[in-house]
Amino acid sequence: MKIRRVILGALSILVGNKLRSSLTILGIVIGVAAVIAMLAIGQGAQNSITSSISSIGTNVLYLSSGSSPRFGSGTSTTVRNIRPLTMADAQALNNPFQAPGVLAVAPILTSGNISASADGQATTTTVYGVTTDYFSIRSEQVSEGAFFNNQQVNDHARVATIGADLATTLFGRTNNLVGQSIRINGQTFTIIGVLKSKGGSAMGSSDNQVIIPITTARDRVIRRAGDEVDTIYIQATSANTASQASTQVSNIMRMRHHVAVGSEDFNIFSSTDLQQTASSIINILTIFLGGIAAISLLVGGIGIMNIMLVSVTERTREIGLRKAVGARNRDILIQFLIESLVLSLLGGLIGVLFGWLIAVSIGWVASALGTALTPSVSLNSILLSTLFSAAVGLFFGIYPARRAASLEPVEALRTE
Amino acid sequence: MDEIVIRAEALKKIYRMGEVDVQALRGISLQVKRGEVVAITGPSGSGKSTLMSILGCLDRPTSGDYNLDGEQVAGLTDDQLASIRNRKIGFVFQSFNLLQRISALGNVELPLGYANRPDEGKGRAETALRAVGLENRMKHRPTELSGGEQQRVAVARALVNEPAILMADEPTGNLDSKSGQEIMDLLLRLNRAGNTTLLIITHDPRIAAQAQRTIVIRDGMVEEKML
Repeated sequence: MKIRRVILGALSILVGNKLRSSLTILGIVIGVAAVIAMLAIGQGAQNSITSSISSIGTNVLYLSSGSSPRFGSGTSTTVRNIRPLTMADAQALNNPFQAPGVLAVAPILTSGNISASADGQATTTTVYGVTTDYFSIRSEQVSEGAFFNNQQVNDHARVATIGADLATTLFGRTNNLVGQSIRINGQTFTIIGVLKSKGGSAMGSSDNQVIIPITTARDRVIRRAGDEVDTIYIQATSANTASQASTQVSNIMRMRHHVAVGSEDFNIFSSTDLQQTASSIINILTIFLGGIAAISLLVGGIGIMNIMLVSVTERTREIGLRKAVGARNRDILIQFLIESLVLSLLGGLIGVLFGWLIAVSIGWVASALGTALTPSVSLNSILLSTLFSAAVGLFFGIYPARRAASLEPVEALRTE
Repeated sequence: MDEIVIRAEALKKIYRMGEVDVQALRGISLQVKRGEVVAITGPSGSGKSTLMSILGCLDRPTSGDYNLDGEQVAGLTDDQLASIRNRKIGFVFQSFNLLQRISALGNVELPLGYANRPDEGKGRAETALRAVGLENRMKHRPTELSGGEQQRVAVARALVNEPAILMADEPTGNLDSKSGQEIMDLLLRLNRAGNTTLLIITHDPRIAAQAQRTIVIRDGMVEEKML
C-alpha cells in the first residue's frame, strides 16, 4: 500500500468534512497553543531575569547579616546574637592578602520610603548611602553630571545623584538638574548627577532612587547604631574567582564574628546563585503551567478518538468494501491511524502558530506595561509539542482503527 | 475447457444466535468450470447469501472443503483470504458500493492499491473503464452517474485485477429492467471475451434464464437442475 496515497486519501476525507475536522482538532490546537505560549513566556521571563542579573555583573557577591540558610545549602540553624555588619567588616574584606579574590568592597546603608521633595513636589524614594566603589560594582552610569568622589565622602558632603524616575516626578525633566536642590528626609542636598534610566528590572534597581555618600546618610538620613551597615557589595576580581572570593569572605567573616562553620550569622549571595534560584523557580512554574496546558492536549486526543469512532461507524460499508476488494486488516488499521495522525498533526501545527501569536501578543502587552519580557519560542518546544500531539493522535487513534480493522467483511457489507 | 475453478465439498455454516445454533448451510457440494455462467437462486433465507460469502472468501465455512482456482481456502488467515479476494475474485453488489467522494477512476483503482503489483495502476483502471464503455466518465464521481453507469463502474472495479471469478450479488436488483439487461449483457460479453467465470446470485428468473446453469438453494441444500 503506497503511504502517499493513504495520506492523500485521509486529507481528502478530512477536507470533505471541514466543520467536523476543525472542531475535532480544536482541542489539540488549544492544547498545543497553550503549551507553546507557556514555554515561550517562561523562557522569555528566564532570559530577562538572566540578563538583568548579569547586567549587574556575574562577579558580584552580596553580604548581609542574618542566619537564614544560604542558597544551595539546605541547613537552617538558628543563630542567636546575630552581629550586624559594620564598616570595619567592609574594611577587613578589602584586604588583598587575606582576600586576594576581592577587587572592591562597597558597604551600603539603604532605606526605602524616605520623603523627597523639590520644586514644591513631594514623593517617597529609596535612599542608598554608599562609597565610591559602589558605582563601579553596580556599573551605574549618569546621563548628566557625575557621582561624588572620595573627598566628598570624607567631607560628609550633602550631594546626591538621583534616579531618572525621581527626577521626572519632582522636576518634570531629567536634564539641567545639576546644581538644583532636593530635600531628602527634610535635609537639603545638591544634585550633582542624574542616573541613566535602567527600566524595570528583577533586582529592584528601579529608577526611583537617590544615591548619597554613606557618611552623610549616616549623619542625616538613615540612622544606624555605631558603624553598622545594611549590606556589603563585594566585587570579585573576575567571574571565575567569584566562588573563591566567596570562600575568602566567609572565612574572614567567621573569624571576625567568632562563629563556626554552619552557624554563620551572615549570608553571602552571588548573582550566579540568584540567577540559578530564579531560573529554577521559573522552570518549576513553566513545567507546572505547561503540564496544565498538556492536559488540554489529552482532552483534545479524546475528542479525536470520539470522532474517529463515529467515522468508523459511518464508514462501515466502505471498510467492508475495501476488505472485499483485498484490503488486509493492516491496511485498514493504517488508513484510520493515518487519518487521526493527520488530524492531530494538523492541529499541532495550527496550535504552534496560535501559540506563537499568543506569546508575541503577550510580549507586546508586557512591553506596553513597561516590563521587559520577550517571549521566545524555541525550536525544542515546537518539536516537543508537535511530536506530542502526533503521539496523542496515534494513541487515541489506535482503538478506533483497531475496531475498523477487526470488522468482519460480511457484517460490514451488510450494514446500511 | 473442463478445468474446474470452484470445487466445494460438504460446506456447512452454523451461526450461533444466543443459545440456538442456526444451520445456514447444511452441506453444500458444487463444482463450477472455468468460463461457466452459473446462476444461484433460491428464496430469501435459503442460504444463498451465506454461500456467496463463503465462495467469495468473505467468510469461512464451519466445516467442509473449498478449493478455489487451485488454492485450498478453508483454514487460511484473514490476510491470506484478503489476498485471494484481491487476486481471484471480483465482486459486483446490488447497491454498487462505490466510494462517493472519489472519481470513477479512483474507485476502479481501489483494488490495485491493495495488490502487491507495482504501479501499472492507472493504465489498467482506464482499460477496465473502457471495457465497460465509460471512457468518457472517468473523472465523474458516482453521484454524477446514473444507476446503470454506477454499476458499470463497479463491474470495472471487479475486473481490474483480472480475477478468475466474477461474483455478482443481485447485480440488477437496484436497476430498472432496461439498465439491468444492459448490465447482464455486459457481464455476459465480458464472460465470453475474457473467459471469466461468472457467478450470479439472483431471484429474478429472467436473469437466471440467461445463465448456462442454475443452482437452486433451498434450506441450505442444493437443488441442482441443468438448463
